Amino acid sequence: MKIGVITFPGTLDDIDAARAVRYAGAEPVALWHGDEDLRGVDAVVVPGGFSYGDYLRAGAIARFAPVMTPVVEAARGGMPVLGICNGFQILCEAGLLPGALLRNAGLHFVCRDQTLRVERTTTAWTGGYADGAEIVIPVKNMDGRFAAEKSTVDELEGEGRVVFRYVNGNPNGSLGEIAGISSADGRVVGLMPHPEHAIDALTGPSADGLGMFRSVLGSVAA
Amino acid sequence: MTATAQVDTVGLAASTPDIPQPYRELGLKDDEYARIREILGRRPTDAELAMYSVMWSEHCSYKSSKVHLRYFGETTTDEMRASMLAGIGENAGVVDIGDGWAVTFKVESHNHPSYVEPYQGAATGVGGIVRDILAMGARPLAVMDSLRFGAADHPDTRRVLPGVVAGVGGYGNCLGLPNIGGEVVFDPSYQGNPLVNALCVGAMRAEDLHLAHASGTGNKVILFGARTGLDGIGGVSVLASDTFAGDEGGSGRKKLPSVQVGDPFTEKVLIECCLELFRKGIVVGIQDLGGAGLSCATSELASAGDGGMHVELDRVPLRAKGMTPAEILSSESQERMCAVVRPSDVDAFMAVCRKWDVIATEIGEVTDGDHLVITWHGETVVDVPPRTVAHEGPVYERPVERPTDQDTLAAASTSTLPRPTDLREEILRMAASPNLASRRWVTEQYDRYVRGGTVLAQPADAGMIRIDESTNRGVAVSCDCNGRYTRLDPYTGAQLALAEAYRNVAASGARPIAVTNCLNFGSPEDPGVMWQFQQAVRGLADGCAELGIPVTGGNVSFYNQTGATAILPTPVVGVLGVIDDVTTRIPTGLGAPGDTLFLLGETREELDGSEWANVAHGHLGGRPPQVDLARERTLAEILRAGDVSAAHDLSEGGLAQALVEACLLTGTGCRVTLPGDPFVALFSESSARVLVSVPADRADAFATRCAEAGLPAHRLGTVEPTETLEIAGIPALPLTELREAWEATLPALFD
Repeated sequence: MKIGVITFPGTLDDIDAARAVRYAGAEPVALWHGDEDLRGVDAVVVPGGFSYGDYLRAGAIARFAPVMTPVVEAARGGMPVLGICNGFQILCEAGLLPGALLRNAGLHFVCRDQTLRVERTTTAWTGGYADGAEIVIPVKNMDGRFAAEKSTVDELEGEGRVVFRYVNGNPNGSLGEIAGISSADGRVVGLMPHPEHAIDALTGPSADGLGMFRSVLGSVAA
Repeated sequence: MTATAQVDTVGLAASTPDIPQPYRELGLKDDEYARIREILGRRPTDAELAMYSVMWSEHCSYKSSKVHLRYFGETTTDEMRASMLAGIGENAGVVDIGDGWAVTFKVESHNHPSYVEPYQGAATGVGGIVRDILAMGARPLAVMDSLRFGAADHPDTRRVLPGVVAGVGGYGNCLGLPNIGGEVVFDPSYQGNPLVNALCVGAMRAEDLHLAHASGTGNKVILFGARTGLDGIGGVSVLASDTFAGDEGGSGRKKLPSVQVGDPFTEKVLIECCLELFRKGIVVGIQDLGGAGLSCATSELASAGDGGMHVELDRVPLRAKGMTPAEILSSESQERMCAVVRPSDVDAFMAVCRKWDVIATEIGEVTDGDHLVITWHGETVVDVPPRTVAHEGPVYERPVERPTDQDTLAAASTSTLPRPTDLREEILRMAASPNLASRRWVTEQYDRYVRGGTVLAQPADAGMIRIDESTNRGVAVSCDCNGRYTRLDPYTGAQLALAEAYRNVAASGARPIAVTNCLNFGSPEDPGVMWQFQQAVRGLADGCAELGIPVTGGNVSFYNQTGATAILPTPVVGVLGVIDDVTTRIPTGLGAPGDTLFLLGETREELDGSEWANVAHGHLGGRPPQVDLARERTLAEILRAGDVSAAHDLSEGGLAQALVEACLLTGTGCRVTLPGDPFVALFSESSARVLVSVPADRADAFATRCAEAGLPAHRLGTVEPTETLEIAGIPALPLTELREAWEATLPALFD
């Protein structure tokens, strides 16, 4: 199975995402922001960083990159897409996920080991977790406060599309402790914390993040 | 109006020898100006004056420190030099760590800009040191920062500290470099002069080492990265105001603050662009543009090469209108690099730059002459022997004199200070004091995970990164200094800084192999400060010789003072260690419940200069703790030999603080019995000590090995599954209470 990992100018966690894909047993394929097709991949990870320096607004410029056209098209056709941190921001800007990520409530960049509860295990990226599992993965961002209109949040909650929720403290003031959400069909998932930094207890707080990259293998095979 | 009409050319300089020039305003002394005239055989042009003045500044020329820094070279033996691939004088030192890997690291100060504009000053400090590492051909892999501020509760510290921390984080996070450690120290002597020392470590395959030189007649000089603007010009603006008298704004020029403004996004792209250029093998020489901008880059590249260089300054892409040649040469606009490229590779070079959307411009070429010639729209504005700019600046033998108050200071020991009766209360008070409290408020603003190679990061004793994913080879780095010790005795203080950084690296399980430094001192024109400097350099160099590890590079920052009052002498020492397999690293803290706790080393009654004396009495006097570098070596060997499940270095705050931190970092308790006088056991700061945990079934063997090595190993107690620090004779300290004390201080001060 091939999983594409996109690099925009300013992307930082692409090598981490590619490593996580490898650890999960899939083949990472580097996608460049200027690419106009997805090189035959079965799923796409939009990794974290500061694409285009976060200038204008996090993710606002990246979503116009050529590679995003086939990503949006493929996602609408059911291809699994995972947006991590800046990738989540880009997917929101691209209209694949609702809501927006605003400046952290404390106005500081926050990097900490964060406990999350897996609220939904029927997405392409969470099938391998137990319902309600608590996982520890790093959160690190400046603009991580999830915000959306009340009607949107109600819809997300009502449809069970809140995939991850912060527990033991909300690091950025996100509405409803929301750390990650999915598209209606559960194929597109975006989250602020970084599963690719939690694939090995040697270099991360746990190996809990690997589950996301493993989950997608089953999801595509099925 | 055209700028060219008013430009001061070499021809004009020769024909108008007597025009008064503002050399004093640019920081040149009368005899320095006279020497420039002598070198050139005429008066310098405005552009030449700008180049010489900035390159002959203390910051660039090391004119006051050079005579002392030679001592590093004199004390480095061939054996110490064996693993060094590049040393002092290059952008950064490089050491061979085995398996064909070369690691480069360096620390540099950005103190004064960080006081004026904390965010940008600190941010561009990170940016500058990262480019130094990049210019060696290495991929930058991690950063650290040693920060010093005035009193924690001073209102201005509330301005400076949050800005500096946000700047270090803002730039480093956006570059995608993990921040793996550093220091935050408070002392009133830094009130008007905070210290921001940024360290970067990078790695490359040994054969990819790039040195800054411009050889090969006909090779092209390419400037790439950001455009050149009016930021960071500083003193050179006096030339502009002369040239453009009364014309401000008319030509669209704008006065900008002299602190540079950083753009980490541009630097991130520049890093990836450079690394791709290196991979393609199309860079002959490369130099980053930092302090002194193009003046420095062109003169250093040319003087390190084998010929001359011709630069067409009008080709430099600008971001401001009407900039003069002197301003373009002096601009410290960030995120720029200068490369020397074979003519046949220029197209390939430009293609890589286009891929990364990096502006690249051919600005000149290497010539067969021996002069650096810079033209402006066809007219020669600079024509100099480049070595006279870059390397043959003035050298001063500043007066050196031991300050008269040094003896009084040494006599004022802590022996008469009242000691606490309630040790439990004292442990809590110390843990909550600004210099010992948790740094989480600071370090949470730094990304420590990016790139996936961070094995240890703050609050660990040393930062550690994996260099090679296939072999697990890695490096550990720590930087340390206690300015209070150095104030009491600069020779010993510098050795204590070295000893602590060495010990921190050893406590992570790595083998220390190289040293870098950032020597922060007051005014070199003060003989007392020069004495501190001379003593510190000698202490550090002698210490390195005794430990058998070389100084591979360093940085000197003088004039760190407020009015006539100098900062505490602060020679920050960085030690790099290598570890063959990072999975064998030693975690910082306590081991598993049931493990035996040993205190390695000897505890003497050494409270002079201690943090206890500072917190309890605001006292600084006496003699710093003894140095025992032979013991430090033994400690490092014992730690590397295995059996140790966790360790924590003892430093400021002594055993009390080490126990508190070890419990809190691991989240487990311990039960210990103190040897000797409990107050001394808890708060003495004797060096060469480490707290280690050893699995109970290995404890006897471990004790035997220590005894054989002549290393005192006191069985302190055991790691317990409880959440309590239990010290015999002192009411128990629940971890919740300790955590509250340790973690509340910085948020209360800076949130």
